[in-house]
This record gives sequence, structure tokens and C-alpha cells, in this order.
Amino acid sequence: MTDDLTQLIHETRELVEDLDYPAARRWLEQNPGGKVLGHFQVYFPEELAHAAGMLPIKLAGASSALQVRQADARFAAFVCSIIRSSLESVLAGRADFLSMFVTHPICDAARHSCGVWARNLPDIPCQVLYLPHNVRSAYAPEYLESEYRRIAGVIEEVAGRELTDDALRASIELFNENRRLLRELYRIKRETPWLISTVEAYLLTRAGTVMPREEHNELLRRALPLVEARDAKSQDKIRVVFEGGFCEQPPLEMLAVIQDACYVVDDDFLIGLRWLTEDVPAGDNPYASLARAYIETSSYSPVQRDPEKLKEEMLLARIRAAGAEAAIVAAAKMCEPGLEEQVSYSRALDDAGIPHLVMEFEEKTNVFEQVRMEVETFAESLLFEFA
Amino acid sequence: MAEQKVAERKRPGDGAAPHSELIGATRAESRGLIETWWQEMSEADAEGRPVANVFVMGSIAEILRCFDLPMSFPEITSLQTAVRGKQMEMLVAAEDYGYSPDICGYVKVDVGLHLTGRNHPSGKLPRPALVVSPNTCNTYIKWSEIWERMYGCPVFVLDLPGWRGTGGSVLPGSEEFERDRRYVEGQLRELIALCERITGKTLDLDRLREVMGEVNALAGLYDEVVAENKHHPAPFDAMLDGLNYMGIANAYRGDSRGTAFMRLARDELRERVRLGMGAIPDEKYRLLLIGTACYSHFRRFLELFHSWGGVFAHSEYMSFAGGGIDRGIRYELERPIESMAEQILWSAQQSFSGIFFSQDWQARIVREWDIDGICFHGIKSCRTVSTGLPDEREWQMRTNDIPGLFIQSDLVDARLWSDAQMKNRIDAFFEALASRKAAARR
Repeated sequence: MTDDLTQLIHETRELVEDLDYPAARRWLEQNPGGKVLGHFQVYFPEELAHAAGMLPIKLAGASSALQVRQADARFAAFVCSIIRSSLESVLAGRADFLSMFVTHPICDAARHSCGVWARNLPDIPCQVLYLPHNVRSAYAPEYLESEYRRIAGVIEEVAGRELTDDALRASIELFNENRRLLRELYRIKRETPWLISTVEAYLLTRAGTVMPREEHNELLRRALPLVEARDAKSQDKIRVVFEGGFCEQPPLEMLAVIQDACYVVDDDFLIGLRWLTEDVPAGDNPYASLARAYIETSSYSPVQRDPEKLKEEMLLARIRAAGAEAAIVAAAKMCEPGLEEQVSYSRALDDAGIPHLVMEFEEKTNVFEQVRMEVETFAESLLFEFA
Repeated sequence: MAEQKVAERKRPGDGAAPHSELIGATRAESRGLIETWWQEMSEADAEGRPVANVFVMGSIAEILRCFDLPMSFPEITSLQTAVRGKQMEMLVAAEDYGYSPDICGYVKVDVGLHLTGRNHPSGKLPRPALVVSPNTCNTYIKWSEIWERMYGCPVFVLDLPGWRGTGGSVLPGSEEFERDRRYVEGQLRELIALCERITGKTLDLDRLREVMGEVNALAGLYDEVVAENKHHPAPFDAMLDGLNYMGIANAYRGDSRGTAFMRLARDELRERVRLGMGAIPDEKYRLLLIGTACYSHFRRFLELFHSWGGVFAHSEYMSFAGGGIDRGIRYELERPIESMAEQILWSAQQSFSGIFFSQDWQARIVREWDIDGICFHGIKSCRTVSTGLPDEREWQMRTNDIPGLFIQSDLVDARLWSDAQMKNRIDAFFEALASRKAAARR
């Protein structure tokens, strides 16, 4: 790697776009006998896998470069793309190194995918981590701690080694550092969006899903000062928040189209990596600490209900905090929770008088002229309005 | 060999006079009960008394009934809208409001009803004063949030940790199950407190025991009803009369009228078995349905199977949409809330989230109900029931040599029904079943 930011971003892009998970394969070569845990979107406490010596990676779908063949025969037609491509990654041998897979009850397709995985990949234990839907129950923290301990027990079996409290505390510290660095990246996006493009910031974030967290921390530690030292000037672009990237990810080319016309000053891309919004104090009982953080100091998404964090209010707060002038409210095709939330977001933005563009996307889209036209028209109309 | 088995099971008329008053009594009774259910809901709404919106996969009627809260089941009211042919205007109203064509049709029909004055073909749809939303379908929670925004009503999400994956079942008696049970019991107590606040009443434990006793009786009778279809010919179609049984089991769960209905249904079915009366005139193929029917073309959907002599002897729908009472709910009345937590949790694992990994259940039903083939009907509206169906079909064919048909349409959206395509596929399936039977005879 070189200290030149452009080169660093280039290498990060190559890593992210490589469908064969090269960083995980390299880790396995360096750690003979090591095990990799793959987990689906949105949030998984990766510290649990890390503390047991496993490499946690996120299966977050794939671009149009992945030809989905086998997985298409496993799912009904009206299921989102990320469910298919995540399974295809394994069936096609791209992520055939997994020793365990975890999904979550974020949506009905994700829950079903566990059954499909179990039938088709019997040698890879597949688990559902039941994150609580009733987080404001007085009984939720104790339940979540017990669920974390249950999944930790499965991880120990797969990893073949004990998961100690001390190791978990150390892992929490490592991931706290990662979360701090990501918060810093997002601060730069908010305060000086001309220093880093949407695609660059996304790549630096996404890299964390496919590489050891120690390496991701190192990447961010090198990249962030270079970003801040960049000699770039603010351009006449509208400041927008992008909402709708909590699970399936928009194609990089789509982000490039958006960044041509807008500064994306905040977003929910890969929000699971930033789900915990503050450092987690490991404390005497690190499982309880992680559970408490999930409930008390966490972000929001359409697939997690919290009556004390109404999602449209959270979106408005995100827009205000980022100093955004408008929003892009997107949803992945066939994403039931995303499409439903899109309506409430749109209504709330209407009520608040915040201009917004409603759109759908799919990770495998490879034609962007329509998106370009919509985004440019939206941005230009606002530039006129604000002028 | 197969024919011999059929002959042994068949109970032809024994010469006794038919109990004519029983034949058809269940359908008449269910019509009356559904009308009464509507009347009670509408009256409560008109009088300003609170009504609760609940769902079929975990209504928690046991508790709500103790507070005299009438229950509206939006899945049932949306289904009824489609069967009455009024769903398209509701779908369009919801889509005009902003909802995507790619989301649950039940949700959109309901949203359309609420947006256009709550005028349901069967009566006035009540406005919810409380929503109890289990997590057994994720869309339940999103749906509940829509009412929360429309009416500002409290939404209680009952979190029922479900099936945990390969080798990951949390079995009763284990430490993990006990932790889950404590979580569910705690939530039930929180729901009781919420109902007490809304109604100003205090929970009467004796009343709760009485209601739970009715659920025990209902569950036992429901099992007997479903089991009657092991006979040849099947005395009822799981997607036609089965729908009535499910509807009453939900709307009258814990109510003595529901128990009496299910007893009547069982008795009529026994009489039909005694007389050798099948659900269709000439039963040739016994089918298991995985998924749901298509209610915008309900009669046509059934006709495409019945015209070949195919009868749905069982359906997974009767399990999960019947409230999971077929999975052995037997409350211990001396410790009602603890037992309710235990039993609801178990049925959530087995019935509701069991549908994600139901191949073993399917194989058992095929054996015990002497099923010839499985129809997997994927519907765009519902990822809960549809997502993995192609894989399940392939699994059953590969692993258990069970023929399967996979078709796709929707619950309520007539735009997604392609008659020629459906007929073509269904015809081809029956032709394959016929060849298979012929080959087995040779």
C-alpha cells in the first residue's frame, strides 16, 4: 500500500469489488485452522466471533458482476436481490470458506434464508440470532444477553476454543476503536463533504465488512489524515442525506451518479457497522454491556422497532444534524420493510417541508441513465430554488 | 398396494340414516358466527369502546378476551375484501398514497380501507385502540406502525423468539428455553398492564383460566377436525372449509362459541366420513398446500385442482394461520401466565417460524394424510410463506421423492393472476401425477 490517498482508495476498491473475499482468504492462509463466520445484514455483534478467534465478515450481497444462477432456483421470484446474491456467493464457491453463517429476523426473507441455507449447505452451521423486537420491554436486556451467550456457545463449538470474558473485553475495545474511526469519517463527510466523495467514503466503510477489523482500523487510521489534508474546495452542490442503504447496497455506479450532483453528508449505508453509536464499556459483564449498547446507544433502521426512536423522527434528526437541505429516500426492490418505511419517511419530509427524491434501486442494476436524470433534475431544481 | 391402503381406511356408509341436520351445518354456523363477530366489532367502535387489532399468528386472545376487548383481524378482513371482489380499489387507494406494488397486498387493502372511511363490505371496520403485534411475521410490525401513525394507538410488539437454525432449536426444559420463556412471560405481564390501563379493568385470573380452558378444548377439537381428513375421501378441503375452521378458530379463540363450533365441525366431518361423503365428488389426488390460496380468484384457484379430482387434504396454512393450535397447545391452568408463555413460545417455534424449515413436517403430513403431491403456492404479498418454496419443493423431490408443483400469484392482487399460466402448470402437474400413479400400478 502507499500513503497516496488515491492509490489507497484504488486498492480498497479492488478489495471491495473482488467477489472472492481476498482479505478473508489471506487471513485464512496466515491463520491455519482459523474459521470464518459470515453474517447477514444488518447488525451482528462481531466481537463475539472475534473473541473466539474467528474472522467475522458480513455477507452484504454483490454487484452485477456476480451471476446469480443457483440461488435463483432456491427463492421465489419476488425476493430481494441481496438474499439471492449472498447465498450465491457461497454456492458458487466465492465464499466457500465459511465455517458458520448467522442471519437475523430483520425480515421474512432473511428468516427464510436460514432454512434454505440449512438445506443446501448442511456442512455450514446456520443460525438465527434473535435480536429483540420489543426492545423497550423491561425484560429485553436480560433476554438479549442470554441470546448473545447462546450464540457465543455455538461459536465456541465451531471455533473449537473457549470464548473468555477477557478476550471479549479486548475485542470490544478493538471494535470501539473501529466505531470511533467510522464516526470520524462521517464527521468529515458532514463537515467537509468536498474532501471525500460519496464513493470513497463508502469504500472505506465497506472494506470493514470483508477484512479483519485490525486491518480496517489501520486502513482508516492511514486514510483519514490524508483525506483531511486534501486540497479541495467546496462546490455548488446540494447537501443531502441518503436513506435506504441499511441492508441491500446500492451499486457504486449509482453512488457516483449521486455524488456528481450532491454532497451526501450522511447516510445509512451499512448501518450495522455503525449501529452502536458510542463506545461500549466492556465492564464486568461484557455480554450485558453489548446487549445494553444494542438497545440504549444505537442507531435506527426500518427493520428494528423502537417506540422511543420513531424512524421518521430519527431521519429528521439525522438531516438536521448533518445540515442537509434535502434527502434521497431510497428502497431496494422487493424490500418489504424498506418500501413500507419509504412512505412514512416521505410523508414526514413533506410535513417538515424538506425536499426529497423517492427512488428504488437494486444491487445488480447496471444501467444508470434514468437515475442520473432523476438525481440531476432533483438537484438542479433545488439549486434554482435555493438561489 | 396404495389402493389397498385406501380401501382399508375408507369408511363407507354403514346403512344408518344420515344425520341430515349435521350435513352443511358447519358452513351455516360459520356464516352466522362471522356476522356476529363483525357486529360485535362494529358496535364497539360505534359506541366508542376500544377494539384491538391482532393477527392470526399470535393473537393473544387469551388475555384480550379477559378485558372484553373485541378483536379485529386485519388479515381476515383483507381476505374478505378480496373474496367479495372489492380489493382492487383499496389496493389502488394505498398505492396512490405511496405504497409500492411490491409489498403485502393485505396491508394495502387494509390501508385502502382506512384511507377511504373504513367501509368494509361486511361492516364498519373499527379504528384500533390497541395493536398487539407478534414478530411471527415481520410485516405485522410494519403494518402496526401504519396504524400507530394513523391513530396514535399503542402498539405492543410481542417478541416470540423462534426457530434458531440447524441444530439450534431451543427445546423445552433447556436453560435457553427457560430464558426465552421468562422474556415472553415478562412481556405478557406488560401486555396485561397495558390492557388494564386502556380498559380500566383488572385482570381476573379465574376468567383467564376459563378462557385458556376454552383454548385447550378448541385446540383438541381442531386437531380432531384436521385428523378427519386422513380418511378417504377427505371429508373437507383444507383450503375451502379449512378456511372457515381457521377463521372461527381465530375470531373465537377462547370463546365457548368457538369451541362449540369446532365440536359441530368435528361431528359433521365424522358424519360425512360415515356416509363416505368427500369434499369433492370424485377424489383422485390428495394434496398438501404450502403457502396460501389466491383470494382474488379463490373459486377459480380451487376449481383448477378440483376439476382434476384433486383435493387439499391438508395445508400448512391450517397450522400457522390457525393460530398454531394444532401443535399441541395444552395450557396448565393452575399456572396460567407461565404456561401461556411456554405454550405460545413453543408454537411460535414449531408452527410460526417452523415454516422456514418445514420439510420434516411436510414429509410427516405426506405419510400420515396419504398425500400424492405438494402444491407450493408462492405469493408476492407474503415473503413469510413464500421465500424458500422453490427450494422446499426441490428438497422434497430430491430427498423424499414427493412430487411438487410450484406456482406463483398473490393473495389479493388480481393483477398477478395469470389464468392460462396457472392452468397450464397445474394441468401438467396432474398429468405427471397420473403417469406416476399408472407407473406405480404396473
